[in-house]
Parts: sequence; structure tokens; C-alpha cells
Amino acid sequence: MTADGLLRGGEVTPSESFSALLRSRGLDPHWTAPGGGEVEAPEGTTVLAFRFADGVVMAGDRRATAGNVIAHHHMKKVFPADGYSAVAISGTAGIATELIKLFQTELEHYEKLEGHRLSLEGKANYLAAMIRRQLPMAFQGLVVIPLFCGFDEQEGVGRLYSYDVVGGRYEEIDYTSTGSGGRDARLFLRGAFQDDMDETAAIQLAVGALVAAAEEDTATGGPDLRRGIYPNVVIVTEGGYREVEEQLIAEAARTALEAQS
Amino acid sequence: MTMPFYVPPEQMMKDRAEFARKGIARGRSIVAVEYVDGILLLGENPSGALNKIGEVYDRIGFAGVGKYNEFESLRVAGIRHADLKGYSYARADVTAKGLANAYSQTLGHVFTQEVKPYEVEIMLAEVGQTAADSGLFRVTYDGTLYDERGVGAIGGQDEALREALVEKYEGGASLATVLGWATESFQAVTEREIQVSEWEGAVLDRTLGRRTFRRLAEADFEG
Repeated sequence: MTADGLLRGGEVTPSESFSALLRSRGLDPHWTAPGGGEVEAPEGTTVLAFRFADGVVMAGDRRATAGNVIAHHHMKKVFPADGYSAVAISGTAGIATELIKLFQTELEHYEKLEGHRLSLEGKANYLAAMIRRQLPMAFQGLVVIPLFCGFDEQEGVGRLYSYDVVGGRYEEIDYTSTGSGGRDARLFLRGAFQDDMDETAAIQLAVGALVAAAEEDTATGGPDLRRGIYPNVVIVTEGGYREVEEQLIAEAARTALEAQS
Repeated sequence: MTMPFYVPPEQMMKDRAEFARKGIARGRSIVAVEYVDGILLLGENPSGALNKIGEVYDRIGFAGVGKYNEFESLRVAGIRHADLKGYSYARADVTAKGLANAYSQTLGHVFTQEVKPYEVEIMLAEVGQTAADSGLFRVTYDGTLYDERGVGAIGGQDEALREALVEKYEGGASLATVLGWATESFQAVTEREIQVSEWEGAVLDRTLGRRTFRRLAEADFEG
């Protein structure tokens, strides 16, 4: 780093955006696909989120597929976006994980520069803009669709957001899901969702919906008791983001599998 | 055509240093003290909105004294540098030593090349996995870089504060204890009583997880 290197950013990069900083240095992640070709990249599948008494729950299965092949058995699709929100991904895994990393850095960068976090809606809108920029890649078949949820610190409630391929952002009331098994998970949620569930019931419902999706959709991985692979479940409440311990998820998975058979 | 007067370089550097020192001497000091779980950064700051202490990265904190707009632009530059590096490589590759070197280069360059030197002094604190890996770096207005151990101070009364703290300092003390040492030293050196609301304090605490930075609340001072 040269002498003026440290200060140059202050003059040429506008605002507190980390992406703008990356662009100004030519380091922003971009994918350019020549038209006509077909790429078979691993895809992440089913993720879901819903409201419960203390906040929101988000969960995802662990499978990534490439065509009819299982590409990864224990992929992680649910991540903390910052201390008070979570983001989950479905679609082209390689692009999605890079976008998540950028989104996380962006939120932390803003928080450090400004001294406070973005509002929950601000975070949701920023994610929508990131997805919108991916539209050319979606035309090449490399689609990324996230889910976003978090605890609104100003209003004191949990909120959920779903997205579409063009970057449309929709606030959901009770529950939402996406990915290849998203439809099956949503059907399960529609039947079993209740207002004001406690945390234990919420974890059970999240795992149950994923088990139901795995039953109908080959691209969704169910709990694998033999190898100890369980869905990821995270919770965001007034106390912030927290990952549910694997042992609790394993118990919920066993209960869900028994209920099904 | 008017000819500029010749100024010998010795005189020019002396004038610049004096100018910068005068600006810094007007500012209130900040101290850094290591405690059992991390590092305390404490200063006197009646403004609740304009911070002198801030988070740079997971394990790195920043403190600046002198002209606000100048150390603020250095703080922002440091965060950009750290986030870029951590994003491009890995989070573990961002170190206080690397940042301190970049600050040292920048301030040294500004001191000799720009119209006016920066009237600032900055401190970078890094909390390690163990006390032995922690570090304090102090960078002065001319880019000189100092590596400190246990106790550090910047600003107008840095010498007196450092002396007062070194006398009290022992490794492995609790946060409440080092906070007591620091507030006592400030009040002894400034010869007045400082209200709880006038402190600005933060810790880098290795028990807090990935992001170790936490601002102190008034309750921390009363405990």
C-alpha cells in the first residue's frame, strides 16, 4: 500500500458503500457469461422462514445438486447477515455464497462507518438491489433467489422478506419459502403454522417443513441420521441472531421423521 | 517575478512539527490499558455524537486525538483498508501491524509533502487470542510508529498519563480495576473531577466472539 493509497478511497469513493469501494478498485465480483452456452453449476435448494412469538426462524436443508447429481451433502444455506438479521439462499451456489459474503461485509462496513446499523428495511432493499444486478446472469440460467429476515429494532418485531429473480422485494406476513422444494415446504407451513408459537414449536415446525419438502423433492436433502447431517435452523429475536444447537435440531428431525412414517 | 524565500529543510520540518504539536496539545488525551480479557480504550469526550474511539475490524480498535475531521478521515480510510483486505483474502489476514504501517506511511507522506501536516495522533489496539498476542501501536503526526506494551497514551497530556498509569499497571487485572486506574490517572493529571457522562470508553474483549469491540455504557463506570 502506497502512501496515498490509504487516503485515496476518501476522495474517489462516494458514501459508505463497500460495493462502490470495490468497484472503484476494480475488485467487485462479477460474472460474465458468453451467450448460448450452458453451465451446470451446483444449486442450493429449499430454504424457509417464518414468524414466531419472539421473532423469526429461518431454516434450510443441506443439499446442493448439479443436474441429477448430489454436488454437496452438507452445504450451509442460512447465514447471519449481521447481528440482527439472517439471510438464506437458493439457486446457483457459487454466486449466491459470494453475494452473501458481499452483503455481510456491506452491512458491517456501513455499521462501522456510520456508528449504527442500517434499518431492517434498508438492509432488505440493499439485498434487492444486489439481486437486480444479477439479472443478466439469470438469463444464462444462473439464478440466485434469497430470503431475508430479521428483528426490526425500531419497531420491536420480526419481519420476513422474499425476493424474485428481477430483484422484486416482498414483505411476507407469516411464512415464506423458496427453492425447488419451496412449494412443498410452503404447503406444510400453511397447514401447521400457528400464531405465537414458542421457540421449541417453531424449531419443530421448521424441521418438519423441510422433511416434508425432502419427501416430495429429490433436490432437497432430508435429515441424514446415519451420517449426522441435519438442517440448519437459526433464530433472530430481540437478543439478536443465534444458531440453534445441532442437538435440538437432531431431536426435532427424529420427531418429524417418526410423525411422517 | 517574485522569488520564494529560501527556507532550509531543518527549519521547515521544525516549523511543521511545532505547528502539528500545538494542534494536538489542545486536544484531550486517550489512554489504552490491557486487562485480563482484552484492552480498554478511554478518553474524555463531552460530545456524545462525535466519537474519537471506533471499531476498525474484528479484533482492532482505533482512537484518534487532535483535529476531528483529520482523524475521522483516517479512521474511515482504515476501515476501508481493513474491509477490502479481509474481503479479498481472509479475515485473519487483517492485522493491526499492517494497518499501523499504512497509517505511518500516510502520515509521513502528508507531513513532508502536503501544504499542512495533520494535527493528529492515533492509536491502534489489537486484542490477540492470548494477552501475549495483543498489541498497541501509536502513530504520531509525522508518521513515527511506536509499539507499546500494556499501557499507551496519545494526545496533549500523553506523557503524564502514561507515567501515572505505568506506576499502577499490573498484568492480568480485571476491567473494573483498569477502568479505576485510568479514570484516577485522568483526574490526577487534569486536576479536576470528570463526570461519568463525559467519558468515552470502549473495550476490545476477546470473550465477545468474532467482533470484539464494545462501547462502554454509563453502567460500566458505576460498577
